[in-house]
Amino acid sequence: MNKIPDMSVDLCGIHMKNPVMVASGTFGYGPEYADLIDLNILGAIVVKGISAEPWAGNELPRMVEVRSGLVNAIGLQNPGVRRFALEYMPFLRRYDTPVIVNAWGRSVQEYEEVVARLNDVEGIAGIELNISCPNIKEGGISFGANPESAAKVISAARKRTSLPLIPKLPPSVSDIGALAKVVEESGADAISLINTIPAMVIDVATRRPVLANIVGGLSGPAIHPVAVKLVWETWKAVKIPVIGMGGITVALDAIELMIAGALAVAVGTANFTDPSVSVKIIKGIEEYLKQQNMRCVRDLTGSLKN
Amino acid sequence: MLDRFAGKHHTVPVMNIEQARILRVEELTTEYRTIVLDCPSIAAEAEPGQFVHLLIPNLQEATLRRPFSIFKVDNQTLSLLYKIVGRGTHAMSLLEKGGMINLMGPLGNGFPMPDKDAVPVLVAGGYGVAPLSFLAERLGRPGTVFVGGATSDDILCMGEFEKLNWEIHIATENGSAGEKGLVTDIFDAWLEERKNQGGHEIYACGPDGMLKAICERAVKHGWRGWISLDKHMGCGVGACLACVQKLKMDDGTVERVRVCRDGPVFEAGRIIWN
Repeated sequence: MNKIPDMSVDLCGIHMKNPVMVASGTFGYGPEYADLIDLNILGAIVVKGISAEPWAGNELPRMVEVRSGLVNAIGLQNPGVRRFALEYMPFLRRYDTPVIVNAWGRSVQEYEEVVARLNDVEGIAGIELNISCPNIKEGGISFGANPESAAKVISAARKRTSLPLIPKLPPSVSDIGALAKVVEESGADAISLINTIPAMVIDVATRRPVLANIVGGLSGPAIHPVAVKLVWETWKAVKIPVIGMGGITVALDAIELMIAGALAVAVGTANFTDPSVSVKIIKGIEEYLKQQNMRCVRDLTGSLKN
Repeated sequence: MLDRFAGKHHTVPVMNIEQARILRVEELTTEYRTIVLDCPSIAAEAEPGQFVHLLIPNLQEATLRRPFSIFKVDNQTLSLLYKIVGRGTHAMSLLEKGGMINLMGPLGNGFPMPDKDAVPVLVAGGYGVAPLSFLAERLGRPGTVFVGGATSDDILCMGEFEKLNWEIHIATENGSAGEKGLVTDIFDAWLEERKNQGGHEIYACGPDGMLKAICERAVKHGWRGWISLDKHMGCGVGACLACVQKLKMDDGTVERVRVCRDGPVFEAGRIIWN
């Protein structure tokens, strides 16, 4: 069969040309990579985490390479909703690619505030609620780590927007299925996972932590099998769509996550190694579907055999 | 966001990803190397102070590229000068002529050209001389260069500056070449005789301590100065925010800007040193 397979997916009302997005924090706000790849080719762009007000992030060093990945503690530096809307949205609106905004706060009120402000910005297709960043002292992972606080944040955010709400879950919880169920019941339209895995690197010559924040989050090829397992468990637990991410480097990694249950995937750290990697992954998925005589990429989702 | 900090100078960011053939590798000293690459599209756009982001092919399990400032451009070729300091540069030193290497560039904003009546004054520490040597070549007129290092092995590119008739001042910490001491010592002595004269524009690249000292002097004497920062980078294009630097903005506020995208060249008076 030589027909071009149908690559489109409908992710809780967000129409995507293909299931491949770029992950929050690895693609800036769009213009950073626009000279290197055609942003129109992407399924969606998930921009770097935004808070209601500007945030300075952590001290340096913020990133260190490890075998098969990197550990970062950027600390969510961002210009705040107002400047994001002014400086970046006009640029992003020029593209025929949905923009999903990763949003975070340090309290339930701050989550409400950032969601309410983003709700008024023209051209946003959805909000990825970051309840899993390991790199800030308050907020982030402390909300996603247990179902009760996750429910509180999501219910509060739900009241402030009609945009698709996509909580991003942390990998280091005892029962991801139970957490995902609560997230679904609290009003989420989809779930994305995994965020980075809490990690630490020590310089043995000085016996000091390498990162100024001491701890950070591990990403890259090293975490991919962890993501596959957690996506699979999440997919089994909920009916809402799952966006899979974690160490995707080649098309087969993305396909693996879709087989495990992801309707869409996000490419993260690999953008740093090769800015055109997402374009190659889109082509690779298409090739795979042709080889497998599959007409539609959506048939991959949850197609794991026993 | 681009070009907010580079004054009158404006570099249109034209980036490419190119698979380049290694034309030549040279061992300058035991620690310093040059590598010459055939990469026409990047070479055509490159300006002094800009850098390329290399994916080192034989560096196992590497996730990040490595940034190197551009040392020389000759038609279709690009040269890089580097010091073997870690895993990445060690792997790089094993690459051989004929091999291929993937690079992105040219990235960042280069050095603004000096006013046409100003005498360019360059201050280099170690391999920081690489982008300054490229600048000297593009300037088309001689100036004064200060070069410093730990030993005579760290004094590089003197032939290039001699060829262009530059006035050269050298300092080494152990006295094995030039004056004994820091490059800032010989710069200070020179400056003392000219501090009330205008008409100079400073360009510096080297370790942070040296750059900080140069910035202080530029500000103190009201000379225009430009420094190029050397920071560990992630993406190289401004997306990851691993390489930020505190900078004084026009409205007096302080912001963390991206060295890779908003720099690596900044106006001396804007840097907030920790």
